[in-house]
Amino acid sequence: MNTLSPKLRKGLLYAGVAAVVAYCLAPFYWMLVSSLRRTADIFSNSPFPTRLSLENYLAVLDPSESFTRALLNSVVVAGITTAVALALATFTAYAMARLEFRFKRLVLTLIIATSMFPVVSIVVPLLKMFVDFGWINSYQAMIVPSMSFTLPLAVWNLTAFFRQMPQELEHAAMVDGCTRGQAFRRIIVPLAAPGMFTTAIITFIAAWNEFLIALSMTNKPEMQTAPVAISKFSGASQFETPFGSQMAAGVLVTIPLVIMVLVFQRRIVAGLTAGAAK
Amino acid sequence: MLLTCQLIHSMTETAQSVTLCTPLSMPSGGRCREGLSLRMTTVSFEKVTRCYLGADRPAVDALHLDIADGEFLVLVGPSGCGKSTSLRMLAGLEDVDDGVIRIGDRDVTHLPPKDRDIAMVFQNYALYPHMSVADNMGFALKVAGTPKDEIHRRVQEAARILDLEAYLHRRPKALSGGQRQRVAMGRAIVREPQVFLMDEPLSNLDAKLRTQTRTQIAALQRRLGITTVYVTHDQIEAMTMGDRVAVLKDGVLQQCAAPRVLYDEPANVFVASFIGSPAMNLQEAQLADDGVQLGGARVPLPRRVLTAVAAEGADRVVVGFRPEALETVAPGEPGLGMAVSMVEELGAEAYAYGILQGDHDGGSSTGGVTAGAGAGVVARVDPRTPPRKGERITLRLRADGTYFFSATTGERLPSE
Repeated sequence: MNTLSPKLRKGLLYAGVAAVVAYCLAPFYWMLVSSLRRTADIFSNSPFPTRLSLENYLAVLDPSESFTRALLNSVVVAGITTAVALALATFTAYAMARLEFRFKRLVLTLIIATSMFPVVSIVVPLLKMFVDFGWINSYQAMIVPSMSFTLPLAVWNLTAFFRQMPQELEHAAMVDGCTRGQAFRRIIVPLAAPGMFTTAIITFIAAWNEFLIALSMTNKPEMQTAPVAISKFSGASQFETPFGSQMAAGVLVTIPLVIMVLVFQRRIVAGLTAGAAK
Repeated sequence: MLLTCQLIHSMTETAQSVTLCTPLSMPSGGRCREGLSLRMTTVSFEKVTRCYLGADRPAVDALHLDIADGEFLVLVGPSGCGKSTSLRMLAGLEDVDDGVIRIGDRDVTHLPPKDRDIAMVFQNYALYPHMSVADNMGFALKVAGTPKDEIHRRVQEAARILDLEAYLHRRPKALSGGQRQRVAMGRAIVREPQVFLMDEPLSNLDAKLRTQTRTQIAALQRRLGITTVYVTHDQIEAMTMGDRVAVLKDGVLQQCAAPRVLYDEPANVFVASFIGSPAMNLQEAQLADDGVQLGGARVPLPRRVLTAVAAEGADRVVVGFRPEALETVAPGEPGLGMAVSMVEELGAEAYAYGILQGDHDGGSSTGGVTAGAGAGVVARVDPRTPPRKGERITLRLRADGTYFFSATTGERLPSE
């Protein structure tokens, strides 16, 4: 069984890792490469652009496309969704993890169930409702539905995180003179920070990439989010799909996410609670 | 009491304060205190009951205990006996369904933990992982709004007492188990609270450190003179540390007395078998001719016991005797015959485990109130000439080391 030499085993391991990484990154790589091609070379199959060109980026950032405005809209929608969802989810999850009340299981199940409706199935009723509210072309028309999809995940994620924390920590804090609220704020929140950042990132990515609702609830170009704006890019003629600028826009949309993950990654330190118990 | 005194004497730092302490048999007296204003802090549980939803019996059933000022009271019992629940009710971490808990003259039954002026050491220490040792110890003072230099002074003082000065800037994860335990103690003592609560604080330490820390905690408590309630499942801890020990079983207080009294005058079969290691031998036997047959010998029953058994209308009685109440005598002399099945040699002492002669037809230690006590008998034997496995030895039962318990209720029947 164990006939492979250690060297070979290690080699195979790295080969496997390389394959997975390549598989995951290939689409992004192709997007990056395509975005740097000249419009004339867009259907070229070479793995590297033969002639680098920034014309696609210039086209995307051209004021006539109002893509910068769309990026800003995305930041507003995803940012507010994340902030509000995280705040609500933190309190809900803490209650779920620590308080004893009747039908707790049922409540938890209902919360996760709400995220299981396909967006497509509720987008028409939502549209009708928001038309009545006069919410079309407003931020809240995108934030409220986004939150309803990201909250359940955030609540579950944080509930699991709070449950891991030794309950004695809060008890110790309460004996040390804290109210339950103070114990939560001064002891639990600092320790739960990694879990909260993880949840924030997941929520932000989900809200940032949300397409269907943003598409349905807006018809003015200045209220579109980035994914919607990309889908509406127009080429030189109606028979030409502007692949190049779409690719460039895709890269621009992805970069904030990558930066955010890299920034918060430092804060996601595993094992922050080490040393609390025992 | 003897044991605890020896412990105090062994601690050099408390040697000077020993003389000031009142005798341990009278724990109600004032204790020596160091740098603390004299306050009388008694703790009382008055018929305190705690029921959990869906449980068929209360976790703590009408617990009634009065703890004197400066007393070190140990709650001991097997797991699930309600000892931790009792402590947590005193801490305010657990609701009280019925009864009153008082600290001093204050009724604290429904006060939140922060208003009780207590400090607690948790089984897993519950140190705040994101704070340094100094911040951990000073946290309560910080919450209370104590000035910074005062916090610093008190943390330094506690660190000096606990030998933690070198570690004040470390995080808990960079400490050993023993150091973490001391930080947990430190967090309690900087508070100078009215009551210390300790929930099995030694159970995560290895055996050697546990013995060492045991004496340190007991000495520290005596030095500070702060009323302490200590929970453990370990009867040796209970016996060595407590001024008084309260034995609980199934949420019901069995007996609360000084260690020596628990050992010498157990209130019932449970206390008798729980306190002492190896446990007391308990044999249920049929009454015949004002006595019982045990290991081929007749053990006479004192007249008071006979009267009590007769009043009960029972014809059986549980006989209890500690391993040291048995003496090995020369074969052929009158006594209890025992077939040795195992010998435990501990160096200073040795114990022979075996079965009494004629056990299969006469007495039995199974069933009734002694269930779970084990069928065999343990005898302390001379460690220099221990019997061999398989050997038959003759034992003599000291009359003053024999206890009688009711076979129906398990209560001890006083012999004089």
